[in-house]
Amino acid sequence: MKRKTSYSRLVVRGLVYLVAVLIALWILIPIYLITIAAFSPKDVIYSWPKSLFPQTISLETLKFFVSAQYVLPSLRNSVVVALLTLVISLVIGAPAGYALARYIFRGKDIFRIMILSTRAFPIVILSIPLAVTFMKWGLYDNLISVAILHVAMALPTTILVTSSVFVGVSKELEEAATVFGCSRVQAFTRVALPLALPGLAASAIFTFVLSWNEVFAATILTLQNRTLPARLFIQLAASPLPFRFAGGFFILIPAITFMFFIRRYLFSLWGITLK
Amino acid sequence: MAEIHVESVRKTFGKVKAVWDVDLTVHDREFVVLLGPSGCGKTTLLRCIAGLEQVDQGRVFIGQRDVTDLPPRRRQIAMVFQNYAVFPHLTVFENVAFGLRMQHRPKDEIKKRVQSAAELLHIENLLDRYPSQLSGGQRQRVAVARAIAVDSLVLLMDEPLSNLDALLRLEMRAELKRLLREIEATTLYVTHDQVEALSLGDRIAVMRDGQILQYDTPLNVYDKPADLFIGGFIGNPPMNFLDGEVRTEDGRLIVRTGGGEIYPPPEASAVLSRLKEPSVLVGIRAENIETLSAPAEDALQATVLVVEPLGSHNLITMQLGPEQIKVNTDADFQAQPGQTIWLRLNTDKIRWIDKASGRALDYDVSPQS
Repeated sequence: MKRKTSYSRLVVRGLVYLVAVLIALWILIPIYLITIAAFSPKDVIYSWPKSLFPQTISLETLKFFVSAQYVLPSLRNSVVVALLTLVISLVIGAPAGYALARYIFRGKDIFRIMILSTRAFPIVILSIPLAVTFMKWGLYDNLISVAILHVAMALPTTILVTSSVFVGVSKELEEAATVFGCSRVQAFTRVALPLALPGLAASAIFTFVLSWNEVFAATILTLQNRTLPARLFIQLAASPLPFRFAGGFFILIPAITFMFFIRRYLFSLWGITLK
Repeated sequence: MAEIHVESVRKTFGKVKAVWDVDLTVHDREFVVLLGPSGCGKTTLLRCIAGLEQVDQGRVFIGQRDVTDLPPRRRQIAMVFQNYAVFPHLTVFENVAFGLRMQHRPKDEIKKRVQSAAELLHIENLLDRYPSQLSGGQRQRVAVARAIAVDSLVLLMDEPLSNLDALLRLEMRAELKRLLREIEATTLYVTHDQVEALSLGDRIAVMRDGQILQYDTPLNVYDKPADLFIGGFIGNPPMNFLDGEVRTEDGRLIVRTGGGEIYPPPEASAVLSRLKEPSVLVGIRAENIETLSAPAEDALQATVLVVEPLGSHNLITMQLGPEQIKVNTDADFQAQPGQTIWLRLNTDKIRWIDKASGRALDYDVSPQS
């Protein structure tokens, strides 16, 4: 009897791992293929059958991509929008997160739910009325309007992540700081902030990547001043193959780098402990 | 150093009366322990004195100065927290120097003071380390060093030893006592550990339900608990309480208890004779009971239930009439369960307790200075 249960447990375990591996491959294989294609010269990309391992590594394809006339300006737009989004959402979100972590106030639970409920509106539904509004305000085709919408998308996570970061900084530490001569603000800047900094940085990178990857709102809210993904979204389909691979790779990098940096914080946020 | 004076302080959290009309004075250089079960308001009272909680009502004075409305940093206090609250992003040196840096002391003075505080706590070789590289006991030392490095009027300690393991706690307890005697700090120390309270305090304030029930020397709190609760809370085993019935026979006052009679000493008789009801609780500590192997005139007959050898002495649980009683005997005392034994209560050490109120009959409620 005991043997049987341990045997079936083993089977279940094996199946779980199998599914996990399949999911990982499903994500990793395209990433891998895009990457090797981006570093291959043109003739290799067009050749068939494809090799699973890069034969020759060259920067030719990437150079071709970067030299396209709209790539650098839209890259600049992307960076500007992402930085604007990051700063605004941190300036608004971090204090809100701190308040959620430290204080008990009336309507706290409702506030927490309301934050999340903003995510209930699909961006598709929000974007079109917003485009109309921004036209009225004269902000249409302006990077600020894209940043504002990205802030709206990023704020819920910023608030919840920063609040979990500040929950991790013991209140007793700030109290000790006030006993030993700090004002409330000094206790925050000298003790809570330095200790929360890695977590806040992770949250900032998260916001940056969210804005960097966002296509839909950026496409609808701009015409000339497109961000890179929005531009690629429109143009890639009509571009030659090497160009598509290079563009795909370009969009991928920040997201992957970011994942490596904030893995630990995401896991602790989700309650998974990494051994 | 200075005096702490608390005047009819109240603090409520919602409907919970955490601290209710508490008066307390800690004299200059005195070591006072706030003792009570968890949730009795002792930590809240300490935090009110520290300024980490705003009082609802009442005043707090530190060194004759009314600090009720001042933030913690203006109260000239130092504090040791339960979880040490050592800053993880600063080295041990910077932790100890934190208060001095906030006061903008000159560099060489900071260095000197940190050094001497570190030496007092034997952490001078850890100054370059970060708290994550220290053991719990070492972090505790850093927290104490940080507190004594600054020029504070009073030192507040919130269960500083409760996170240490038993052996380390014993060691730190003795060391704290030596240290605080040496630096002559006015100290208010919160604990739920009665042994800590008895061993450290010049005086103990026993708290329950937001109020101070007794404020006295450790010996008096132990020997003469003000009420049923304190007698049961302090001491291991807790004080025995037996039902007693007061009556007068041939002009002599006697108390019937435990299936026999005991004869109170004259002072107790005077108090007992003023009772309106004839019933009283007889409070007696386990070590104030003598065991006899033969019946005697003033001894009560009991049956042995459990014998627990504790090394230094034996703890024996006995059936005495309808009640159970715990008695300490010498370690070489031999007894078998079921055996009959006679007990003689040391009547001078008995606490006579009013059954209705639970308060000791001779306890004067007022002396809280």
